[in-house]
Amino acid sequence: MSLVKLSLKELQDQFTRGDVSAAEIVRAYCLRMTQVEGKIKAYITRNTKETMLADAHTMDQNLKGWRKTSPLMAMPLAVKDNICTDGMLTTCGSRMLGQFVPPYDASTVTRIRSQQCFVLGKTNLDEFAMGSSTEHSAFGPSRNPWNVAHIPGGSSGGSAAAVAADECVAALGSDTGGSIRQPAACCGVVGLKPTYGRVSRYGLVAFASSLDQIGPITKTVMDAAILLNVIAGHDPLDSTSVDLPVPDYTKALKKKHAKRLTIGVPTEYFTEGLDPEVDMAVREAIQELHVLGGDIIEVSLPRTPVAIATYYVLATAEASSNLARYDGVKFGLRSKHTKDLLEMYETSRQEGFGPEVKRRIMLGTYALSSGYYDAYYGKAQAVRTLIRQDFVEAFEQVDVLVTPVMPTPAFKLGEKIDDPLQMYLSDMYTTSASLSGNPAISIPCGFSQSGLPIGLQIIGRSFEEETILRVANAYELATTWRNTRPVIR
Amino acid sequence: MGINQDHVRHVGQLARLHLSEEEIEAFSPQLNEILRYVDELNTIETDGVEPIASVVDQANVLREDALKPCLPHEQAVANGPEVIDGSFRVPNILENR
Repeated sequence: MSLVKLSLKELQDQFTRGDVSAAEIVRAYCLRMTQVEGKIKAYITRNTKETMLADAHTMDQNLKGWRKTSPLMAMPLAVKDNICTDGMLTTCGSRMLGQFVPPYDASTVTRIRSQQCFVLGKTNLDEFAMGSSTEHSAFGPSRNPWNVAHIPGGSSGGSAAAVAADECVAALGSDTGGSIRQPAACCGVVGLKPTYGRVSRYGLVAFASSLDQIGPITKTVMDAAILLNVIAGHDPLDSTSVDLPVPDYTKALKKKHAKRLTIGVPTEYFTEGLDPEVDMAVREAIQELHVLGGDIIEVSLPRTPVAIATYYVLATAEASSNLARYDGVKFGLRSKHTKDLLEMYETSRQEGFGPEVKRRIMLGTYALSSGYYDAYYGKAQAVRTLIRQDFVEAFEQVDVLVTPVMPTPAFKLGEKIDDPLQMYLSDMYTTSASLSGNPAISIPCGFSQSGLPIGLQIIGRSFEEETILRVANAYELATTWRNTRPVIR
Repeated sequence: MGINQDHVRHVGQLARLHLSEEEIEAFSPQLNEILRYVDELNTIETDGVEPIASVVDQANVLREDALKPCLPHEQAVANGPEVIDGSFRVPNILENR
Protein backbone atom coordinates (compact mmCIF):
# COMPACT_ATOMS: atom_id res chain seq x y z
CA MET A 1 0.00 0.00 0.00
CA SER A 2 1.22 3.47 -0.86
CA LEU A 3 2.72 5.32 2.07
CA VAL A 4 0.40 8.30 1.78
CA LYS A 5 -2.71 6.14 2.09
CA LEU A 6 -1.78 4.97 5.59
CA SER A 7 -3.44 6.34 8.69
CA LEU A 8 -1.29 8.14 11.25
CA LYS A 9 -1.34 5.05 13.47
CA GLU A 10 -0.30 2.78 10.59
CA LEU A 11 2.43 5.15 9.44
CA GLN A 12 3.71 5.57 12.99
CA ASP A 13 3.85 1.79 13.49
CA GLN A 14 5.88 1.39 10.29
CA PHE A 15 8.20 4.21 11.26
CA THR A 16 8.73 2.84 14.77
CA ARG A 17 9.52 -0.60 13.39
CA GLY A 18 12.04 0.97 11.04
CA ASP A 19 10.16 -0.19 7.92
CA VAL A 20 10.09 3.37 6.66
CA SER A 21 12.45 6.29 7.25
CA ALA A 22 11.60 9.91 7.94
CA ALA A 23 13.20 10.87 4.62
CA GLU A 24 10.97 8.40 2.77
CA ILE A 25 7.91 9.89 4.45
CA VAL A 26 8.90 13.42 3.45
CA ARG A 27 9.61 12.35 -0.14
CA ALA A 28 6.34 10.44 -0.46
CA TYR A 29 4.25 13.37 0.76
CA CYS A 30 6.12 15.95 -1.31
CA LEU A 31 5.54 13.80 -4.38
CA ARG A 32 1.86 13.43 -3.53
CA MET A 33 1.52 17.19 -3.23
CA THR A 34 3.15 17.66 -6.62
CA GLN A 35 0.57 15.30 -8.08
CA VAL A 36 -2.66 16.61 -6.58
CA GLU A 37 -2.17 20.02 -4.95
CA GLY A 38 -2.75 21.81 -8.26
CA LYS A 39 -6.27 20.37 -8.30
CA ILE A 40 -7.08 20.55 -4.59
CA LYS A 41 -5.41 23.82 -3.49
CA ALA A 42 -5.45 22.75 0.14
CA TYR A 43 -2.42 24.80 1.16
CA ILE A 44 -1.68 28.50 1.34
CA THR A 45 1.96 28.04 2.35
CA ARG A 46 4.09 24.93 2.04
CA ASN A 47 7.27 24.10 3.86
CA THR A 48 10.20 23.42 1.53
CA LYS A 49 11.21 19.88 0.73
CA GLU A 50 14.88 20.72 1.39
CA THR A 51 14.23 21.95 4.94
CA MET A 52 12.13 18.93 5.80
CA LEU A 53 14.55 16.47 4.20
CA ALA A 54 17.44 17.95 6.18
CA ASP A 55 15.44 17.44 9.40
CA ALA A 56 14.45 13.97 8.26
CA HIS A 57 18.04 12.92 7.62
CA THR A 58 19.10 14.10 11.06
CA MET A 59 16.20 12.23 12.59
CA ASP A 60 17.00 9.03 10.70
CA GLN A 61 20.66 9.28 11.70
CA ASN A 62 19.79 9.69 15.37
CA LEU A 63 17.33 6.82 15.28
CA LYS A 64 19.70 4.15 14.02
CA GLY A 65 19.66 1.11 16.24
CA TRP A 66 17.20 1.40 19.09
CA ARG A 67 14.14 3.27 17.78
CA LYS A 68 12.46 5.18 20.55
CA THR A 69 9.77 7.33 18.99
CA SER A 70 6.89 9.51 20.14
CA PRO A 71 3.41 9.24 18.57
CA LEU A 72 3.88 12.18 16.19
CA MET A 73 7.56 11.75 15.42
CA ALA A 74 8.21 12.13 11.67
CA MET A 75 4.47 12.38 11.04
CA PRO A 76 3.60 14.77 8.18
CA LEU A 77 0.98 17.15 9.55
CA ALA A 78 -0.77 20.23 8.22
CA VAL A 79 -1.83 23.23 10.28
CA LYS A 80 -4.74 25.54 9.51
CA ASP A 81 -3.48 28.96 8.56
CA ASN A 82 -5.11 30.76 11.48
CA ILE A 83 -2.85 28.92 13.95
CA CYS A 84 0.42 30.76 14.53
CA THR A 85 3.65 29.11 13.43
CA ASP A 86 6.97 30.66 14.42
CA GLY A 87 8.77 31.94 11.34
CA MET A 88 6.12 30.63 8.96
CA LEU A 89 3.53 32.83 7.25
CA THR A 90 0.14 32.80 9.01
CA THR A 91 -2.34 34.61 6.76
CA CYS A 92 -5.76 33.61 8.10
CA GLY A 93 -6.78 33.51 4.45
CA SER A 94 -6.79 37.30 4.51
CA ARG A 95 -5.06 40.10 2.65
CA MET A 96 -4.88 41.77 6.05
CA LEU A 97 -2.37 39.19 7.30
CA GLY A 98 -0.91 38.34 3.89
CA GLN A 99 2.63 39.13 5.09
CA PHE A 100 2.26 38.17 8.76
CA VAL A 101 5.07 35.96 10.10
CA PRO A 102 4.38 35.20 13.76
CA PRO A 103 7.33 35.46 16.16
CA TYR A 104 5.99 32.51 18.20
CA ASP A 105 4.21 29.16 17.93
CA ALA A 106 0.65 28.58 19.07
CA SER A 107 0.64 26.26 22.10
CA THR A 108 -0.84 23.43 20.04
CA VAL A 109 1.97 23.86 17.50
CA THR A 110 4.58 23.86 20.29
CA ARG A 111 3.08 20.60 21.49
CA ILE A 112 3.07 18.82 18.13
CA ARG A 113 6.51 20.16 17.22
CA SER A 114 7.94 18.95 20.53
CA GLN A 115 7.32 15.44 19.18
CA GLN A 116 9.33 16.21 16.05
CA CYS A 117 6.52 16.03 13.52
CA PHE A 118 6.85 17.67 10.11
CA VAL A 119 4.67 20.70 9.51
CA LEU A 120 4.11 20.27 5.77
CA GLY A 121 2.35 23.59 5.44
CA LYS A 122 -0.48 25.91 6.35
CA THR A 123 -3.91 25.06 5.04
CA ASN A 124 -6.51 27.23 3.37
CA LEU A 125 -9.57 28.57 5.17
CA ASP A 126 -12.34 31.09 4.80
CA GLU A 127 -10.93 34.47 5.72
CA PHE A 128 -10.50 34.63 9.52
CA ALA A 129 -12.36 31.28 9.65
CA MET A 130 -15.61 32.99 8.68
CA GLY A 131 -17.41 30.75 6.24
CA SER A 132 -18.54 27.24 5.41
CA SER A 133 -16.85 26.61 2.06
CA THR A 134 -13.31 28.19 1.86
CA GLU A 135 -14.76 30.40 -0.88
CA HIS A 136 -14.15 33.40 1.36
CA SER A 137 -10.38 32.86 1.34
CA ALA A 138 -8.45 35.76 -0.16
CA PHE A 139 -6.31 33.11 -1.89
CA GLY A 140 -9.17 31.35 -3.67
CA PRO A 141 -11.15 28.26 -2.67
CA SER A 142 -9.89 24.74 -1.98
CA ARG A 143 -11.60 21.87 -3.79
CA ASN A 144 -13.37 18.78 -2.57
CA PRO A 145 -11.18 15.74 -3.38
CA TRP A 146 -14.30 13.69 -4.10
CA ASN A 147 -15.44 16.12 -6.76
CA VAL A 148 -13.42 19.23 -7.46
CA ALA A 149 -16.51 21.14 -8.61
CA HIS A 150 -17.75 21.01 -5.01
CA ILE A 151 -16.71 22.84 -1.86
CA PRO A 152 -14.52 21.04 0.70
CA GLY A 153 -16.56 22.68 3.46
CA GLY A 154 -15.29 25.35 5.78
CA SER A 155 -13.80 27.02 7.36
CA SER A 156 -11.10 24.32 7.89
CA GLY A 157 -11.67 23.18 4.29
CA GLY A 158 -7.97 23.16 3.42
CA SER A 159 -7.16 20.89 6.37
CA ALA A 160 -10.01 18.49 5.58
CA ALA A 161 -9.20 18.40 1.86
CA ALA A 162 -5.50 17.84 2.58
CA VAL A 163 -6.31 14.84 4.79
CA ALA A 164 -8.82 13.39 2.31
CA ALA A 165 -6.43 13.88 -0.63
CA ASP A 166 -3.53 12.24 1.26
CA GLU A 167 -1.60 15.53 1.21
CA CYS A 168 -0.88 15.11 4.93
CA VAL A 169 -1.52 12.29 7.36
CA ALA A 170 -3.50 14.48 9.77
CA ALA A 171 -4.17 18.15 10.36
CA LEU A 172 -5.13 20.73 12.92
CA GLY A 173 -8.28 22.71 12.30
CA SER A 174 -10.31 25.17 14.33
CA ASP A 175 -14.02 25.11 15.02
CA THR A 176 -16.14 28.10 16.02
CA GLY A 177 -19.57 27.02 14.76
CA GLY A 178 -18.75 23.81 12.91
CA SER A 179 -15.53 24.65 11.08
CA ILE A 180 -13.87 21.31 11.90
CA ARG A 181 -16.91 19.04 11.75
CA GLN A 182 -18.58 20.37 8.60
CA PRO A 183 -15.51 20.17 6.30
CA ALA A 184 -14.67 16.74 7.77
CA ALA A 185 -18.17 15.62 6.74
CA CYS A 186 -17.83 17.19 3.28
CA CYS A 187 -14.48 15.46 2.67
CA GLY A 188 -15.27 12.07 4.26
CA VAL A 189 -12.73 12.30 7.09
CA VAL A 190 -12.85 12.49 10.89
CA GLY A 191 -13.07 15.87 12.64
CA LEU A 192 -13.19 16.45 16.38
CA LYS A 193 -14.16 19.65 18.14
CA PRO A 194 -13.00 19.23 21.73
CA THR A 195 -14.89 20.63 24.72
CA TYR A 196 -14.41 24.39 25.00
CA GLY A 197 -11.41 24.75 27.33
CA ARG A 198 -9.92 21.32 26.60
CA VAL A 199 -7.31 22.61 24.13
CA SER A 200 -5.34 25.83 24.41
CA ARG A 201 -6.34 28.67 22.09
CA TYR A 202 -3.06 30.52 22.64
CA GLY A 203 -1.77 31.46 19.20
CA LEU A 204 -5.07 30.78 17.44
CA VAL A 205 -6.02 34.02 15.69
CA ALA A 206 -9.20 35.01 17.52
CA PHE A 207 -12.53 35.00 15.69
CA ALA A 208 -15.12 34.45 18.45
CA SER A 209 -13.20 33.81 21.64
CA SER A 210 -16.01 32.16 23.61
CA LEU A 211 -16.53 29.59 20.84
CA ASP A 212 -13.17 29.00 19.10
CA GLN A 213 -11.51 25.65 19.72
CA ILE A 214 -8.63 23.83 17.97
CA GLY A 215 -9.02 20.15 17.14
CA PRO A 216 -7.78 17.26 14.97
CA ILE A 217 -8.87 16.37 11.43
CA THR A 218 -7.76 12.82 10.65
CA LYS A 219 -8.32 9.69 8.58
CA THR A 220 -9.50 7.55 11.49
CA VAL A 221 -10.98 7.92 14.95
CA MET A 222 -7.83 6.36 16.42
CA ASP A 223 -5.77 9.08 14.77
CA ALA A 224 -8.02 11.76 16.27
CA ALA A 225 -7.44 10.23 19.71
CA ILE A 226 -3.68 10.19 19.16
CA LEU A 227 -3.58 13.82 18.10
CA LEU A 228 -5.94 14.90 20.90
CA ASN A 229 -3.62 13.20 23.40
CA VAL A 230 -0.90 15.61 22.32
CA ILE A 231 -2.83 18.89 22.09
CA ALA A 232 -5.24 18.56 25.04
CA GLY A 233 -4.47 19.99 28.44
CA HIS A 234 -4.19 23.08 30.55
CA ASP A 235 -2.15 26.02 29.29
CA PRO A 236 -1.30 28.96 31.54
CA LEU A 237 -1.20 31.12 28.41
CA ASP A 238 -4.94 30.62 27.79
CA SER A 239 -7.06 31.70 30.76
CA THR A 240 -10.06 29.78 29.41
CA SER A 241 -8.19 26.49 29.16
CA VAL A 242 -9.36 24.20 31.93
CA ASP A 243 -7.04 22.47 34.37
CA LEU A 244 -8.43 18.95 34.28
CA PRO A 245 -6.40 15.76 33.90
CA VAL A 246 -5.99 14.50 30.33
CA PRO A 247 -6.74 10.79 29.94
CA ASP A 248 -5.09 8.60 27.31
CA TYR A 249 -7.82 8.92 24.69
CA THR A 250 -6.65 5.87 22.76
CA LYS A 251 -7.55 3.69 25.76
CA ALA A 252 -11.19 4.69 25.33
CA LEU A 253 -11.15 2.87 21.98
CA LYS A 254 -10.60 -0.53 23.57
CA LYS A 255 -14.33 -1.06 23.99
CA LYS A 256 -15.37 -1.80 20.44
CA HIS A 257 -19.11 -1.68 21.08
CA ALA A 258 -21.77 0.66 22.43
CA LYS A 259 -23.12 -1.61 25.15
CA ARG A 260 -24.54 0.08 28.24
CA LEU A 261 -24.60 3.41 26.46
CA THR A 262 -27.74 5.40 25.89
CA ILE A 263 -27.73 7.19 22.56
CA GLY A 264 -30.06 10.12 22.10
CA VAL A 265 -31.57 11.15 18.79
CA PRO A 266 -32.78 14.76 19.00
CA THR A 267 -36.00 15.06 17.03
CA GLU A 268 -35.33 18.71 16.15
CA TYR A 269 -32.37 17.66 13.98
CA PHE A 270 -34.53 15.57 11.65
CA THR A 271 -36.96 18.13 10.32
CA GLU A 272 -37.53 20.30 7.28
CA GLY A 273 -34.38 21.20 5.36
CA LEU A 274 -32.65 17.85 5.90
CA ASP A 275 -31.70 16.24 2.59
CA PRO A 276 -33.38 12.78 2.24
CA GLU A 277 -30.07 11.07 1.39
CA VAL A 278 -28.40 12.52 4.49
CA ASP A 279 -31.45 11.64 6.57
CA MET A 280 -31.31 8.03 5.41
CA ALA A 281 -27.54 7.65 5.90
CA VAL A 282 -27.72 9.04 9.43
CA ARG A 283 -30.71 6.86 10.35
CA GLU A 284 -28.89 3.78 9.09
CA ALA A 285 -25.88 4.78 11.19
CA ILE A 286 -28.15 5.04 14.24
CA GLN A 287 -29.45 1.55 13.46
CA GLU A 288 -25.84 0.33 13.34
CA LEU A 289 -25.16 1.88 16.76
CA HIS A 290 -28.16 -0.07 18.03
CA VAL A 291 -26.67 -3.26 16.58
CA LEU A 292 -23.45 -2.38 18.40
CA GLY A 293 -25.35 -2.53 21.67
CA GLY A 294 -26.46 1.06 22.20
CA ASP A 295 -29.87 1.93 23.62
CA ILE A 296 -31.46 4.37 21.21
CA ILE A 297 -33.95 6.90 22.57
CA GLU A 298 -35.52 10.03 21.16
CA VAL A 299 -34.81 13.24 23.01
CA SER A 300 -35.66 16.89 22.55
CA LEU A 301 -33.38 19.90 22.36
CA PRO A 302 -36.19 22.43 22.02
CA ARG A 303 -34.07 25.52 21.31
CA THR A 304 -32.33 23.96 18.30
CA PRO A 305 -34.29 26.07 15.77
CA VAL A 306 -32.79 29.32 17.14
CA ALA A 307 -29.19 28.10 17.42
CA ILE A 308 -28.14 29.68 14.12
CA ALA A 309 -29.66 33.05 15.04
CA THR A 310 -28.00 32.94 18.46
CA TYR A 311 -24.70 31.91 16.98
CA TYR A 312 -24.60 34.57 14.29
CA VAL A 313 -25.33 37.34 16.80
CA LEU A 314 -22.75 36.21 19.35
CA ALA A 315 -20.02 35.14 16.92
CA THR A 316 -20.25 38.35 14.88
CA ALA A 317 -20.35 40.53 18.00
CA GLU A 318 -17.20 38.86 19.32
CA ALA A 319 -15.61 39.06 15.87
CA SER A 320 -16.31 42.77 15.49
CA SER A 321 -14.52 43.33 18.76
CA ASN A 322 -11.64 40.87 18.12
CA LEU A 323 -10.99 42.25 14.64
CA ALA A 324 -10.81 45.83 15.91
CA ARG A 325 -7.11 45.14 16.48
CA TYR A 326 -6.45 45.25 12.72
CA ASP A 327 -5.89 48.97 12.48
CA GLY A 328 -2.74 49.10 10.38
CA VAL A 329 -0.52 50.18 13.28
CA LYS A 330 1.29 47.26 14.89
CA PHE A 331 0.92 44.44 12.36
CA GLY A 332 -1.08 43.55 9.30
CA LEU A 333 -1.82 45.56 6.20
CA ARG A 334 -1.58 49.36 6.19
CA SER A 335 -3.06 51.30 3.32
CA LYS A 336 -0.40 53.22 1.41
CA HIS A 337 -2.09 56.52 0.71
CA THR A 338 -3.67 58.02 3.75
CA LYS A 339 -3.33 61.47 5.22
CA ASP A 340 -4.60 61.11 8.76
CA LEU A 341 -5.03 58.48 11.43
CA LEU A 342 -8.77 57.92 10.97
CA GLU A 343 -8.37 57.51 7.23
CA MET A 344 -5.50 55.09 7.85
CA TYR A 345 -7.74 52.91 10.02
CA GLU A 346 -10.68 53.02 7.64
CA THR A 347 -8.84 52.42 4.39
CA SER A 348 -6.49 49.79 5.83
CA ARG A 349 -9.50 47.83 7.03
CA GLN A 350 -11.34 48.46 3.78
CA GLU A 351 -8.42 47.12 1.74
CA GLY A 352 -7.43 44.31 4.12
CA PHE A 353 -10.80 42.61 4.75
CA GLY A 354 -12.89 40.69 2.24
CA PRO A 355 -16.69 40.94 1.86
CA GLU A 356 -17.72 38.22 4.34
CA VAL A 357 -15.47 39.53 7.09
CA LYS A 358 -16.84 43.03 6.53
CA ARG A 359 -20.39 41.72 6.57
CA ARG A 360 -19.80 40.00 9.90
CA ILE A 361 -18.02 42.97 11.42
CA MET A 362 -20.98 45.10 10.35
CA LEU A 363 -23.50 42.65 11.78
CA GLY A 364 -21.58 42.36 15.05
CA THR A 365 -21.04 46.09 15.37
CA TYR A 366 -24.74 46.65 14.77
CA ALA A 367 -25.67 44.01 17.39
CA LEU A 368 -23.42 45.73 19.93
CA SER A 369 -24.34 49.31 19.04
CA SER A 370 -26.22 51.68 21.29
CA GLY A 371 -29.94 50.97 21.22
CA TYR A 372 -29.64 47.43 19.84
CA TYR A 373 -27.34 45.79 22.40
CA ASP A 374 -30.12 44.39 24.60
CA ALA A 375 -32.32 43.32 21.69
CA TYR A 376 -29.57 41.36 19.96
CA TYR A 377 -26.46 40.66 22.03
CA GLY A 378 -28.14 40.48 25.44
CA LYS A 379 -31.00 38.43 24.06
CA ALA A 380 -28.67 35.98 22.30
CA GLN A 381 -26.61 35.53 25.47
CA ALA A 382 -29.75 34.59 27.37
CA VAL A 383 -30.85 32.17 24.66
CA ARG A 384 -27.36 30.65 24.83
CA THR A 385 -28.01 29.86 28.50
CA LEU A 386 -31.16 27.99 27.46
CA ILE A 387 -29.40 26.12 24.65
CA ARG A 388 -26.78 24.97 27.13
CA GLN A 389 -29.56 23.92 29.52
CA ASP A 390 -31.12 21.82 26.73
CA PHE A 391 -27.88 19.85 26.50
CA VAL A 392 -27.49 19.52 30.28
CA GLU A 393 -31.01 18.08 30.50
CA ALA A 394 -30.53 15.76 27.51
CA PHE A 395 -27.30 14.42 28.99
CA GLU A 396 -29.14 13.47 32.17
CA GLN A 397 -30.89 10.84 30.03
CA VAL A 398 -28.26 9.92 27.44
CA ASP A 399 -24.50 9.39 27.11
CA VAL A 400 -24.17 10.76 23.59
CA LEU A 401 -26.33 12.48 21.00
CA VAL A 402 -26.21 11.54 17.34
CA THR A 403 -27.24 13.88 14.54
CA PRO A 404 -26.38 14.82 10.97
CA VAL A 405 -23.41 17.21 10.56
CA MET A 406 -24.69 19.15 7.61
CA PRO A 407 -28.18 19.27 6.07
CA THR A 408 -26.86 18.34 2.59
CA PRO A 409 -23.72 16.84 1.09
CA ALA A 410 -21.06 19.35 -0.05
CA PHE A 411 -22.67 21.91 -2.35
CA LYS A 412 -21.15 23.23 -5.56
CA LEU A 413 -18.59 26.02 -5.61
CA GLY A 414 -20.39 29.29 -6.22
CA GLU A 415 -23.81 27.90 -5.29
CA LYS A 416 -24.30 29.94 -2.10
CA ILE A 417 -21.63 32.59 -2.39
CA ASP A 418 -24.13 35.39 -3.10
CA ASP A 419 -26.60 34.34 -0.44
CA PRO A 420 -25.01 34.77 3.00
CA LEU A 421 -28.07 33.57 4.91
CA GLN A 422 -28.25 30.29 2.95
CA MET A 423 -24.54 29.81 3.64
CA TYR A 424 -25.13 30.40 7.37
CA LEU A 425 -27.96 27.84 7.40
CA SER A 426 -25.55 25.08 6.35
CA ASP A 427 -24.24 25.32 9.95
CA MET A 428 -27.64 24.49 11.46
CA TYR A 429 -26.57 21.20 13.08
CA THR A 430 -23.14 22.24 14.34
CA THR A 431 -23.60 25.62 16.04
CA SER A 432 -25.52 24.27 19.06
CA ALA A 433 -22.62 22.22 20.43
CA SER A 434 -20.37 25.25 19.91
CA LEU A 435 -22.70 27.46 21.94
CA SER A 436 -23.01 24.84 24.71
CA GLY A 437 -19.28 24.03 24.64
CA ASN A 438 -19.84 20.26 24.31
CA PRO A 439 -17.36 18.08 22.44
CA ALA A 440 -18.51 16.70 19.10
CA ILE A 441 -17.02 14.50 16.41
CA SER A 442 -17.88 14.10 12.75
CA ILE A 443 -17.24 10.72 11.11
CA PRO A 444 -18.10 9.37 7.65
CA CYS A 445 -21.42 7.45 7.50
CA GLY A 446 -22.09 7.00 3.80
CA PHE A 447 -22.24 8.59 0.39
CA SER A 448 -24.81 10.39 -1.68
CA GLN A 449 -25.93 8.98 -5.06
CA SER A 450 -23.48 11.40 -6.65
CA GLY A 451 -20.60 9.97 -4.62
CA LEU A 452 -20.15 12.74 -2.05
CA PRO A 453 -19.47 11.81 1.58
CA ILE A 454 -22.04 12.19 4.35
CA GLY A 455 -21.11 12.81 7.99
CA LEU A 456 -22.47 11.63 11.32
CA GLN A 457 -22.13 13.89 14.35
CA ILE A 458 -21.70 12.43 17.83
CA ILE A 459 -21.97 14.95 20.67
CA GLY A 460 -20.87 14.16 24.22
CA ARG A 461 -20.93 15.57 27.73
CA SER A 462 -18.40 18.27 28.44
CA PHE A 463 -14.90 16.83 28.91
CA GLU A 464 -16.11 13.35 27.96
CA GLU A 465 -14.31 13.14 24.62
CA GLU A 466 -13.57 9.52 25.55
CA THR A 467 -17.20 8.50 25.13
CA ILE A 468 -17.70 10.07 21.70
CA LEU A 469 -14.38 8.65 20.52
CA ARG A 470 -15.40 5.22 21.76
CA VAL A 471 -18.75 5.29 19.96
CA ALA A 472 -17.21 6.75 16.80
CA ASN A 473 -14.47 4.11 16.79
CA ALA A 474 -16.93 1.25 17.30
CA TYR A 475 -18.99 2.54 14.39
CA GLU A 476 -15.94 3.05 12.18
CA LEU A 477 -14.73 -0.50 12.81
CA ALA A 478 -18.18 -1.96 12.12
CA THR A 479 -18.51 -0.19 8.77
CA THR A 480 -16.40 -0.01 5.62
CA TRP A 481 -16.74 3.65 4.58
CA ARG A 482 -13.06 4.29 5.12
CA ASN A 483 -12.14 1.74 2.45
CA THR A 484 -13.60 3.95 -0.27
CA ARG A 485 -11.11 6.71 -1.06
CA PRO A 486 -11.50 9.63 -3.46
CA VAL A 487 -10.10 9.47 -6.96
CA ILE A 488 -8.86 12.97 -7.74
CA ARG A 489 -9.50 14.20 -11.26
CA MET B 1 -36.12 46.63 12.95
CA GLY B 2 -35.06 47.52 9.42
CA ILE B 3 -31.64 48.73 8.42
CA ASN B 4 -31.35 51.23 5.57
CA GLN B 5 -28.31 52.54 3.72
CA ASP B 6 -27.83 55.37 6.24
CA HIS B 7 -27.67 52.81 9.05
CA VAL B 8 -25.14 50.81 7.08
CA ARG B 9 -23.04 53.93 6.59
CA HIS B 10 -23.24 54.75 10.31
CA VAL B 11 -22.35 51.22 11.42
CA GLY B 12 -19.48 51.26 8.91
CA GLN B 13 -18.15 54.37 10.65
CA LEU B 14 -18.48 52.73 14.05
CA ALA B 15 -16.54 49.73 12.74
CA ARG B 16 -13.93 51.96 11.10
CA LEU B 17 -14.69 50.49 7.68
CA HIS B 18 -14.60 52.84 4.73
CA LEU B 19 -17.28 51.09 2.66
CA SER B 20 -17.72 51.80 -1.02
CA GLU B 21 -21.14 52.85 -2.36
CA GLU B 22 -21.51 49.44 -4.02
CA GLU B 23 -20.81 47.70 -0.71
CA ILE B 24 -23.32 49.88 1.10
CA GLU B 25 -25.91 49.04 -1.56
CA ALA B 26 -25.18 45.31 -1.31
CA PHE B 27 -24.93 45.10 2.49
CA SER B 28 -28.19 46.85 3.22
CA PRO B 29 -30.56 44.14 1.87
CA GLN B 30 -28.24 41.33 3.00
CA LEU B 31 -28.01 42.60 6.56
CA ASN B 32 -31.75 43.16 6.57
CA GLU B 33 -32.40 39.58 5.56
CA ILE B 34 -30.03 38.25 8.21
CA LEU B 35 -31.52 40.51 10.90
CA ARG B 36 -35.05 39.41 9.96
CA TYR B 37 -33.90 35.85 10.42
CA VAL B 38 -32.22 36.71 13.73
CA ASP B 39 -35.53 38.11 14.97
CA GLU B 40 -36.51 34.47 15.54
CA LEU B 41 -34.74 34.92 18.86
CA ASN B 42 -37.83 36.79 20.02
CA THR B 43 -39.86 33.57 19.87
CA ILE B 44 -37.88 32.42 22.92
CA GLU B 45 -38.99 33.56 26.37
CA THR B 46 -35.91 34.74 28.28
CA ASP B 47 -37.41 36.67 31.22
CA GLY B 48 -35.29 35.97 34.28
CA VAL B 49 -32.74 33.96 32.30
CA GLU B 50 -29.16 34.81 33.20
CA PRO B 51 -27.16 35.67 30.05
CA ILE B 52 -23.78 33.92 29.64
CA ALA B 53 -20.65 35.23 27.98
CA SER B 54 -18.71 31.97 28.27
CA VAL B 55 -19.38 28.33 29.06
CA VAL B 56 -16.27 28.12 31.21
CA ASP B 57 -17.20 28.96 34.78
CA GLN B 58 -13.77 30.09 35.93
CA ALA B 59 -13.40 33.85 36.27
CA ASN B 60 -10.41 36.04 37.07
CA VAL B 61 -7.71 33.47 36.46
CA LEU B 62 -4.62 34.85 38.15
CA ARG B 63 -0.96 34.05 37.90
CA GLU B 64 2.03 35.07 39.91
CA ASP B 65 3.38 38.46 38.87
CA ALA B 66 6.87 37.20 38.15
CA LEU B 67 9.52 38.26 35.68
CA LYS B 68 9.79 35.91 32.71
CA PRO B 69 11.64 36.02 29.42
CA CYS B 70 9.68 37.69 26.62
CA LEU B 71 10.13 38.51 22.94
CA PRO B 72 13.10 40.74 22.19
CA HIS B 73 11.99 44.24 21.22
CA GLU B 74 13.17 43.95 17.65
CA GLN B 75 11.15 40.77 17.08
CA ALA B 76 8.08 42.15 18.80
CA VAL B 77 7.83 45.07 16.36
CA ALA B 78 9.04 43.15 13.30
CA ASN B 79 5.55 42.87 11.80
CA GLY B 80 4.85 46.58 12.03
CA PRO B 81 3.95 48.15 8.67
CA GLU B 82 6.13 51.16 9.47
CA VAL B 83 8.73 50.85 12.20
CA ILE B 84 11.18 53.60 13.07
CA ASP B 85 13.75 53.29 15.86
CA GLY B 86 11.84 50.37 17.34
CA SER B 87 8.55 52.29 17.40
CA PHE B 88 5.42 52.11 15.27
CA ARG B 89 5.05 55.18 13.11
CA VAL B 90 1.56 56.55 12.42
CA PRO B 91 0.29 59.70 10.65
CA ASN B 92 0.27 62.96 12.61
CA ILE B 93 -2.44 63.09 15.23
CA LEU B 94 -1.69 66.69 16.29
CA GLU B 95 -2.21 69.56 13.91
CA ASN B 96 0.84 70.94 12.18
CA ARG B 97 1.79 74.48 13.08
